[in-house]
Amino acid sequence: MDIIICAKHVPETAEAELKIDTTGKNVEKTGLVYDINEWDDYALEEAVRIKEKQGGTVTAITIGAEDSDSTLRKCMARGADKAIRMTDPKFNGSDGYATAKLLHSAIKNLHYDLILTGAQAGDDGSGMVGPILAELLKIPHVTMVKKIELGAGAAKVNRELEGGLEEQVEVKLPAVISVQTGINEPRYVSIMGIRKAMQKEIKVMTLADTGLGENDVGPSGSWISIEKMYVPPVEKQAEFLKGSPEEMATRIAEILKAKGLI
Amino acid sequence: MAKIFVLAEHRQGQVRDVTFEMLTKGREIAEKTGADLIAVIFGKNVKEHAKNLAEYAKQVLLVEDSKLENFNSEAYRRILSAFITEHKPSLVLMGHTSYGVDLAPRLAAALNLPLATDCIDLAFENGVLTVTKQMYGGKVNVKTNVKKAETHIATVRQATFAPQKPEPPANGQIMEIPSLLAEEIQEKRFIQYVLPPPGGVDITAAEKLVGIGRGIKDVANIPMVEDLAKTMGAVLSCSRPIVDKGWLPTDRQVGTSGKTVKPKLYIAVGISGAFQHILGMKSADLIIAINKDPKAPIFSFSDYGVVDDLFKVVPALKSKVSEIQAKKGA
Repeated sequence: MDIIICAKHVPETAEAELKIDTTGKNVEKTGLVYDINEWDDYALEEAVRIKEKQGGTVTAITIGAEDSDSTLRKCMARGADKAIRMTDPKFNGSDGYATAKLLHSAIKNLHYDLILTGAQAGDDGSGMVGPILAELLKIPHVTMVKKIELGAGAAKVNRELEGGLEEQVEVKLPAVISVQTGINEPRYVSIMGIRKAMQKEIKVMTLADTGLGENDVGPSGSWISIEKMYVPPVEKQAEFLKGSPEEMATRIAEILKAKGLI
Repeated sequence: MAKIFVLAEHRQGQVRDVTFEMLTKGREIAEKTGADLIAVIFGKNVKEHAKNLAEYAKQVLLVEDSKLENFNSEAYRRILSAFITEHKPSLVLMGHTSYGVDLAPRLAAALNLPLATDCIDLAFENGVLTVTKQMYGGKVNVKTNVKKAETHIATVRQATFAPQKPEPPANGQIMEIPSLLAEEIQEKRFIQYVLPPPGGVDITAAEKLVGIGRGIKDVANIPMVEDLAKTMGAVLSCSRPIVDKGWLPTDRQVGTSGKTVKPKLYIAVGISGAFQHILGMKSADLIIAINKDPKAPIFSFSDYGVVDDLFKVVPALKSKVSEIQAKKGA
């Protein structure tokens, strides 16, 4: 089975303190550590597990500047066979729609039985690339997937609904499946694997290789454009306790005691 | 007359809350732009739902079809596409839910209409749809402009707008429209609902919860927090990443994809406060958050905040609680 996985190279921000940059439209990227998008990491793991069971190939695709190669190297170290990086200054400012058009331009010329994407990206959180890509390829899609069982010409998948509920859906293959975090446990990469991946080739595609025009990508090929970025207004703010950890712990314990909670 | 569509979301006989939230926001936009608010509902035996929606909207477009008993984004896409093409609404709203995210992007791409997802606010400004979204897990907001088009599509974040029934009720007209689905959708088929395996702990019944998040770093650190919880007679719960990593079972997860809790006390340890988690715990009577990032969104929903290393604060708190309890017992 030939599988394509779409991976995004994003800054890790869950633990980072963010500042708005001078354009007022993005966060200050200096000092941020980049890695494969968390959702795509699960998609990658799922792709590699399927390959290990059934044979075939895994091809990883990303869009971004040269530093995104580290995400592709990670994909290859974990088991992807080939990697493609789509890059062009004109791609900057692409939203989910323009991104899906770019991915489509590369994928339409490849052989695939299954395409895996993350359900969303940790930066913009749009969650639209997978289904749009499927529409452009004229193949079915399913999103928010937490379990995949492959059968003959179709897959049974569990989609996450709200409140702990899931639904089981059957989808014909080839299809685009967007996976939710927690679908598997991504493996660690061995040093050997990383070394080997450093030697593998990454195919680079620019706008000229895509068959798309300048107006299909970047801001003019996008549905939405950012006017301004700002720190969310604080409606309520916690009363911050002061002092050493011991002093703050004492204060919390007093509060709990006063409220009869301990 | 311009029109605004709201796609009703329902499951297992219940209209989901996000529907009424969208109808409320949709009415506000309709009033400002001089548009008619139209609710759209697809399903099997949903006439009662349609009557309910008619209290909020000028018109309800209803399609009854046994093939629509369970949600299928492809079935919805085909019918909704036909409605959009016929009515040309200026805006189509649906939930940024498991259903909405499966439907909206493909619908937009197929009709070549612009889409904005996970909106927390929307308005037309000089004919341009502007939406507010969050990025980087809710740490920043962005105001964005949506490309100008005859019809715009937007998915709306759940629990963002307070639902309000119009007074007097809108008494909208219900229009039943024959289903255009000639046969079952072939490429994608609903099989069944799957409930999570029943667990040993019901966190919704706990009076006190200590919730852990990504800041806990390693599964080996969980006993330290569990120790605090036990000392206080609290139950251990968590945010999504902890369940994703397999460190705690699904039944401990607080948030939109887990449980909604309303304990007397919620101590958030190393939880930054993504909105999915916040929606599950913000109604707790007393919320105390421990996090090293002073800008973590969790502090906007907490009564007390501790900005420090949880690995120092948690053991200190555990010993203080033990001390107080020892005195009480003496």
